[in-house]
Amino acid sequence: MARIVIVGNGMVSYKLCEKLVEKNSSASITVIGEEPRPAYDRVHLSAYFEDENADKLTMAPKDWYDGNGINLITSEKVSQINREEQYVTTHTNSKYEYDYLVLATGSSAFVPPIKGVEKKGVFVYRTIEDLEMMMAYGKKASSAAVLGGGLLGLEAAKAAIDMNLKTSVVEFAPRLMPRQIDEEGGLLLKNKMEDLGIDILLGKATSNIEGEEEMTGMAFSDGTSLDVDMLIISAGIRPRDELGKEAGLEVAERGGFVVNSLMQTSDEKIFAVGECASYENMIYGLVAPGYDMAEVVAEQIANDNKEYTFTGCDMSTKLKLIGVDVASFGDPFCDNIPHYPISINDKKNGIYKRINVDLEGKKLLGGILIGDADDYNMLHQMFINEMALPPHPQDLIIKSSGEEGGAGMGVDALPDTAQVCSCENVSKGDICCSIKDDGVTDINGIKAATKAGTGCGGCLPMVNNILEDTLASMGTVVRKEICEHFPYTRQEMFDLIKVNEIKSYTELLEKYGSGGGCETCKPLVGSLLASIWNDLILKESTIQDTNDRFLANIQKGGSYSVVPRIPGGEITPDKLIVIGEVAKEFDLYTKITGGQRIDLFGARLNDLPLIWERLVDAGFESGHAYGKSLRTVKSCVGSTWCRFGLHDSVGFAIEVENRYKGLRSPHKLKGGVSGCIRECAEARGKDFGIIATEKGWNLYVGGNGGANPKHAVLLAGDIDKETVIKYLDRYLMFYIKTAEPLQRTAPWQEKLEGGIDYLKQVICEDSLGIGEQLENDMKILIAHYTCEWKAAINDPEMRKRFTHFSNDDSHDPTQKFKRERGQRFPVAW
Amino acid sequence: MTFEHNTLDQVTTWVKAGHVSDFPEDGGSSILYKDQQIAVFNFTTINKWFATQNLCPHKKQMILARGIIGTQGEEQTPKVACPYHKKTFSLETGENLNGCEDSITTFPIKIEDDTVFVGLVEEK
Repeated sequence: MARIVIVGNGMVSYKLCEKLVEKNSSASITVIGEEPRPAYDRVHLSAYFEDENADKLTMAPKDWYDGNGINLITSEKVSQINREEQYVTTHTNSKYEYDYLVLATGSSAFVPPIKGVEKKGVFVYRTIEDLEMMMAYGKKASSAAVLGGGLLGLEAAKAAIDMNLKTSVVEFAPRLMPRQIDEEGGLLLKNKMEDLGIDILLGKATSNIEGEEEMTGMAFSDGTSLDVDMLIISAGIRPRDELGKEAGLEVAERGGFVVNSLMQTSDEKIFAVGECASYENMIYGLVAPGYDMAEVVAEQIANDNKEYTFTGCDMSTKLKLIGVDVASFGDPFCDNIPHYPISINDKKNGIYKRINVDLEGKKLLGGILIGDADDYNMLHQMFINEMALPPHPQDLIIKSSGEEGGAGMGVDALPDTAQVCSCENVSKGDICCSIKDDGVTDINGIKAATKAGTGCGGCLPMVNNILEDTLASMGTVVRKEICEHFPYTRQEMFDLIKVNEIKSYTELLEKYGSGGGCETCKPLVGSLLASIWNDLILKESTIQDTNDRFLANIQKGGSYSVVPRIPGGEITPDKLIVIGEVAKEFDLYTKITGGQRIDLFGARLNDLPLIWERLVDAGFESGHAYGKSLRTVKSCVGSTWCRFGLHDSVGFAIEVENRYKGLRSPHKLKGGVSGCIRECAEARGKDFGIIATEKGWNLYVGGNGGANPKHAVLLAGDIDKETVIKYLDRYLMFYIKTAEPLQRTAPWQEKLEGGIDYLKQVICEDSLGIGEQLENDMKILIAHYTCEWKAAINDPEMRKRFTHFSNDDSHDPTQKFKRERGQRFPVAW
Repeated sequence: MTFEHNTLDQVTTWVKAGHVSDFPEDGGSSILYKDQQIAVFNFTTINKWFATQNLCPHKKQMILARGIIGTQGEEQTPKVACPYHKKTFSLETGENLNGCEDSITTFPIKIEDDTVFVGLVEEK
């Protein structure tokens, strides 16, 4: 049995233990750490300030080591390596023999040789003990300075703020985080830090730490000074390689045990991992590369596998610094590489984003995100996997307001091999497997099964997206089928009906279904039949939901409401009078709707044909308020009256409403036309919105109000009316053909692979070559339009269905109304 | 109205509900008998007729006759869905199939010479 001794017990040391346990290594493992507690999460050290709970940061408790047969020795420092006889001795003179030795000694804070650095009140930011000392000292201090404006320095600044100290950050370079972000980004970050009350001093070389025994301030080489009670030094790290020097191991010029790609030091029995290892003259000060190194060593020890090697590591990183998102990936500067930088600097919202694109515009070289790093995971993946960029790379970082960003690049675009969690080296495929094969359904399940997101946690948003996406893709398989009577999707049903020229539900059930149907498939097929043939829905009224069956909206008490069509919201006084008279005669409650129409409530079933007889006589048509169909096209008053109006929005709205009236769709459809950019018709809150521009019209699609409001997005800009109609024909027909049941345009659009860009290609560029077909399908529907109410009142068979009792002419005697505010209301149920 | 599952042998009165053509195919309509509202369903697809109370026990609305009918499960249990909130009830036993609403009363039904009769239990 091989004896493994691991020196140091930090995150990477722990990870090595974990991997050895996982790989069922038979080795006997001894871990010797100088800190008093088992390895803890140093990445989230500043969290300790929030609750002073060290347990929360612990990677695994002492029991874990015991339970896995690992001998964990704490508070003991290895002082010497005897390479010839293969043992180490500790400062208490204990002796541990090894077959393999792993040095995981990590790093210590680099303390620059500044005069007075030994004074009381000067701290480094590295261990929980450091924090405890700082906190104790901080109680009697009122101000603190942090030396170093890098990642760790800003973390330390957060710690100082949490201690309620007036905090300054002192950086030698002319900007913050000089190794990760560029000048513009640094400036924005500086402003953000200052907003949080942190003073940022740049370009300052500290020459002296002032004070007697205790420090009282800092003096800078430019002659200025800062009065401050304590100083936290966070000016970089130094690899802990002192053991190697004595033992004659090769040490790199800038520190660290020199290792090869198998993590072997100059003595092949001795490995080095983590921040104490120098690979190709580079110290990797992040946890993810450390874990990768641990894997390399674990493979050799447990599986004798020398194929898996360390080849360097991407230093991309995303963090939340004092509540500010900061991320950089790849080469953030591309100083010596030909590239095009694309950047936005939104000073108002404090967002800076930059991506570096190669000269051919084909792939990402790197980038910086500050203030909003939501796109980090996706961008990082695109970089790592050298994925092809969308046609307009700027879409990757510029979101139009209220829209999900990222040019429709969903996680489904990622290859299965994409590494999602770099800390634990978990690929997208691993995550998908845990969901698909092991039935994991939530984030915690994924963490347990794959360890993804258990390191820095930065990948969690992406893991969540993959989870949702995968579940959805699985869910669709289950949900896709309409119901127990039809083993088909809506789209398949659409094709079955169309190709086989099915004209009724009964026929479809007979040929393709089973059982007696139900309240799910019946209205759905009713809607499809109407969408395809636009035949009168009353011909098979009993498959319709009650609203479609009685061509009115059922309300409390079993009465219905009636909405005559008022295209574009334009109505003559004469017609208004008719509505008033009808309402009066049948004692109907009247209310103006949100879609610029008038709703008449409280109509009894038997009265519906009588009411419509009057309305049809006066020239009204059904408003289809009861159907999953076009409702209204709302308009502003437009150029005819309005001094700002550019074009005749009312006229266009009427034209569009009349074109699509009666159009049956997966869900209700609403439109809007505005005469200028002021958008008084709220057209972008509709399924389709048309807004006048100087040059023509902008066509927006996929908006809605309701529980989950969405703004419609631009499909085409500055187009003429004919093109608006052409695109709308195509868009609506494409939606009708491919959406899920009861799915409105916005969610349908979001689910479309490729998003709005894809939609633009299909609709405007006719990339699928179906444009003409869609237009023709629409033409057929428009040609078949008949007012359903006009047909119903003129057909005695249909008309006879509008009674409450089939054996009695009376109204439902149980209906009860009351009077309020001069109108008739139903009594509450 | 309390739930009853009226069986054939309890019937005291056969009430004439109407001609078969008064009831739409694969749908229902209600009839009024004294002050009682009864929903009559003509389930053409499975070639059966059903009669139940017209009142949906959920929100106490006289509405079930306007509901969509269908079948459920391998046993092909015939059912009606209330138009208001899609509560479904077995047309055979009256039981609420998708929740815990009270059951509805069902009545025996028969067709003679294209005339529909509903069997009621009336107090003498």
